[in-house]
This record gives sequence, C-alpha cells and structure tokens, in this order.
Amino acid sequence: MKVEQISVFLENRAGRLAEVTKILAENKVNIRALSLADTSDFGILRLIVTDNEKAKEALKAHGFTVGRTNVVAAEISDQPGGLHSVLDMLTAGGVNVEYMYAFVTQSGHNAILIFRFDRTDQAIEVLHKNNVRILAGSELYSL
Amino acid sequence: MLYDVASETMPREDLEALQLRRLQAMVEKVFYNVPFYQTRFTEMGVRPEHIRSLSDLKYLPFTEKQDLRNNYPFGLFAVPRDNVVRVHASSGTTGKATVVGYTQRDVNTWAELMARSLMCAGASRRDVVHNAYGYGLFTGGLGMHYGVERMGATIVPISGGGTRRQVMLMRDFGSTILCSTPSYALFLYESILAAGISVADIKLHTGIFGAEPWSEKMRAEIESKLQIKALDIYGLSEIMGPGVGMECCDAQDGLHIWEDHFLMEIIDPDTGEQLPLGEAGELVITTITKEAQPLVRYRTRDITRIDAVPCRCGRTHRRITRIQGRSDDMLIIRGVNVFPQQIETILLETQGLTPHYQLILTREGSLDILEIKVEVDEKLFSDEIKHLQRMESRIQKNIKEFLGVTAKVTLSEPRSIERSEGKAKRIVDLRNA
Repeated sequence: MKVEQISVFLENRAGRLAEVTKILAENKVNIRALSLADTSDFGILRLIVTDNEKAKEALKAHGFTVGRTNVVAAEISDQPGGLHSVLDMLTAGGVNVEYMYAFVTQSGHNAILIFRFDRTDQAIEVLHKNNVRILAGSELYSL
Repeated sequence: MLYDVASETMPREDLEALQLRRLQAMVEKVFYNVPFYQTRFTEMGVRPEHIRSLSDLKYLPFTEKQDLRNNYPFGLFAVPRDNVVRVHASSGTTGKATVVGYTQRDVNTWAELMARSLMCAGASRRDVVHNAYGYGLFTGGLGMHYGVERMGATIVPISGGGTRRQVMLMRDFGSTILCSTPSYALFLYESILAAGISVADIKLHTGIFGAEPWSEKMRAEIESKLQIKALDIYGLSEIMGPGVGMECCDAQDGLHIWEDHFLMEIIDPDTGEQLPLGEAGELVITTITKEAQPLVRYRTRDITRIDAVPCRCGRTHRRITRIQGRSDDMLIIRGVNVFPQQIETILLETQGLTPHYQLILTREGSLDILEIKVEVDEKLFSDEIKHLQRMESRIQKNIKEFLGVTAKVTLSEPRSIERSEGKAKRIVDLRNA
C-alpha cells in the first residue's frame, strides 16, 4: 500500500519551478499534491501526479534529476486533532516521520496525509492496526 | 646590509666555479645513493664523470613532483634516515603527499639562506618579525622562523588564523616586519580598521610576502594601505622552503636566487629544451648543497624569466622576475597548493563516484573563496534534504582535512556546468577578473 512520489532536484534560482510546471502542463500531467523543501542553494520538489511515468520521462528529457520514493497516503477526517491522532499512533509505534505534507479532498470532508517514514512497512502496520485508511496509488492519482 | 657579504657578492667567475664543484659532488652523490637517480641516469646514458661544465647540466634527467610521490615517503633520501633531523610535507590525499627531508646541515643552510633573505629585505637585529605563515608540515612557518632567529631579530611565531589577536599583538609588540601571504596582509589591514586601530599605531615598515601569486597592482595596494615596503619571496618545499630567492629592498625588482646553493634553468615546458637567457619559461632548479634530498633539475612549474642584469644592491646572484603563472593546473588558494585531481580524488572517495564538478575561485575582500559545484545526478540524488546536506558537509570536511582549505560545496543541476567539446570546464578562476 505504498504510493509513488516523484521528486525533482532544483537549483535555487528564479524560474526553475515554473520550468517544471510548464513541462507537466505540456504533457497534460496533473498535480495532485506537492511540497517544496528548500535550503539556501537548492530545493527538492516532491510531487504526487496523475501519471508518474510520463512526468518522469518528460522531466528527465529536459535535464532534470528525478527520483522516485515510496510514500504512504493516509486518509483522515478533516477535523481538529485529525493529524495529531495519527502522529500519536506513529509515536507509540516507534516510527519516525522523515517528512510529510497534506491536502484536503475536493469533497472537503477528508484530508490526505502524505508520509515519508524511516521504516515504511512498520508504519503501514501501525496505521492498519489503528484502522486508518491507507490509499492505494490508483485511488490517489485519480482522486 | 648583507648577511653573508662574501657569498652574496662573489664574482660570477668564482661563483660559477663553486657551482660546478658542488654540482659534480651532488651528481656523484645521488648517482651512488639514490636508486631512482641511478636508474634515470643509466637510462639516459649519463654518468657523474660526464658533467664537466655547468652547461652539461642539460644532459641530466628532470625530476618531477610525481617522482616525489612515486618514491613516497623516503625513497629519494640520499642519506640514511637517521641522519634526517626533520621532514616537511605538502598537503595531499593519503599517500600522495610530497615529503622533503633535511639533515642538520640542511636545516642550518636553510636558516642561513633565510637570514640572507631577511636582510636582503632590509631586516636588522632590531626588528620584530610577525610570522603569520602556518607552522607545521608546511615549510613556510618554520622556514621563516629559524631564519629570523639566525639573524638575531625577534620572532613572533603567531602562525595563521585568529586574525583579531594577530592585530592586537602586532600593535602591542610593535612588530616591524610582517611575513604572510599577500592576500592575508590585505585581510589583516581590514581587521586593523575593524578593530578601530589606526595604521599609524602599527609600526610595520616591511612585508615579506609569498606562497601565492600576486601582482604589481596588489603590491601597490598593500604598500599604500599598510604604509610598508612590500617584497616578494620565493621558495618551494621540494627545493627547501621559503628563502630560495628574495627580492632586495634596494631595487625591489625581481628576486635574487641564492645561486651558490641552487642552479637555475628556464625551459620550454612543452619540449623540455633550455631557452635562451632572458626568455620566459618554466623555472627548473637543481639543488647543489642539499644532503638529505638533493633534486636534479626539479621542474617547479613556475613560469618566470632570468634577469642577468647586475643589481644595484651589489649582489651578484641573478634574479628571476615575479612568477607569472604555472605550466600546470595547480591552484594556489590562500597560500595552499591544490591540484584539481586532488579534489577529484576526494569526491571519488566521499561519494564512491566522480560527479561532474567545477571549481570556482573568487575573491571576497582580499580572501580567496573556493566553491565546488557538484552536479547532482540520479546516483547522488535523494529526496531528503538532510541526505544532500550531509553529502555537502562530508565533502567539505574531507577537503578541509586532506587539503587544508575551506571550500563551499554547492549542489547543482545536471548539465549546469558549462561543457566544452564534451568536457566539463573544471576551473573558473575569477580572482583577478
């Protein structure tokens, strides 16, 4: 129940992010969720898109360094304490979160949490045990 | 004032006779004591007795830096190791450092030549010498140190770093001579101002600068800012260290090479042929008095020319003009010699692969800044910032540890480094731009 995320290495200079979005647009790839981590001289753009393969090929063809990572997408109800309850379980289960980002579904009732764990399988087990719904890639890409 | 009037003003004829005697003795010594030289001489069909005049020098083989590396650590010693009282070494990655050994007599000679150089720069027993050359394996600090003691001035062995403290002590001790790299002198000037001290409160009258290339423009800048006379010193660890040559304060025009200890030649770096007197080319030095590690026709890779015009200071030893550049790709960063291949080796050892990289040299104020741009390809990429940052700091740490220079590591996108004919441009030196 892992979801593939693509990540792109970006130098910290004007217009680089727009280059990526332009390539995705031209290839009719839709972005489901994204997060951008930055340092003083470079950034990493992490993306959940509708077509990983297409996005990756197109970006690579334009000279970008593209990586793939397995992340976990968990669905929770969009209410105060939602994220906290999930983090609590993970802490109790001894799982460390490397990074995460979140977005709210179009229906507005639920939120999707994208997690990168140090021990992914153990994390999935913890979430399962606590009846947290984990989304498959196909569900997420077509959300 | 001359430290050793007899030697420094020896008539050319006598000097050349002395050179020949010393060269012959040295050639015989290395032939019978250093297997490396015996093999080289034999390959070229030369024997010690073939050297009958100074012009026969051209029949002898060259020695290159790589030969020192190949014979690491003590393979070129011409004396038993227990006769060696000191070793110095250049920075380098493991096993690649160039090592130089000295007998007690070598150390004495070095102090003598350094004392000569100091007095050549106008120093006297009354001077207080602020020595900001690094102490340690690097020859700069200790080389200068023993010369100052030998001539009887006061040495302040401050070494490098701790600039604020340097400025305070320089003022409090009333230092009159500064020894450092020229760029550090400018940095000290800025620190003097930053500390709220007036240049008038600093008693410096002379600066002895070396270990990195500088220009007449930089000399003028240092002289006007610090209100001193700035003089150029020449030396390299393979040959001895600082004090192989020194500019005199009288003419301030070129560096006298102490020819009773070193033979000079200028060659075409591509063909190895000697060039006519006065033409610019690569300086080749033969040591004729060294005991522990004599070198035959050592290729310095420094580009200069010999000036045979008698100097008004009265010294008969000929001069070389300011070093104009290098015939190899060695970079001098804050006085430290760095070869791009060394950085490549460190990248390889740190990452297990050789990424595309570029060395960018700039000057911030008066200090050299080295930036290493590394292209991040799929093999290096991680989507976690901390992994990439760890990689940056690991490269930085290894560069500092092995080469002794601080570098800023910048990760960049693939193909962001300019390529020419498929090869990445490795060095971008903007320091004198």
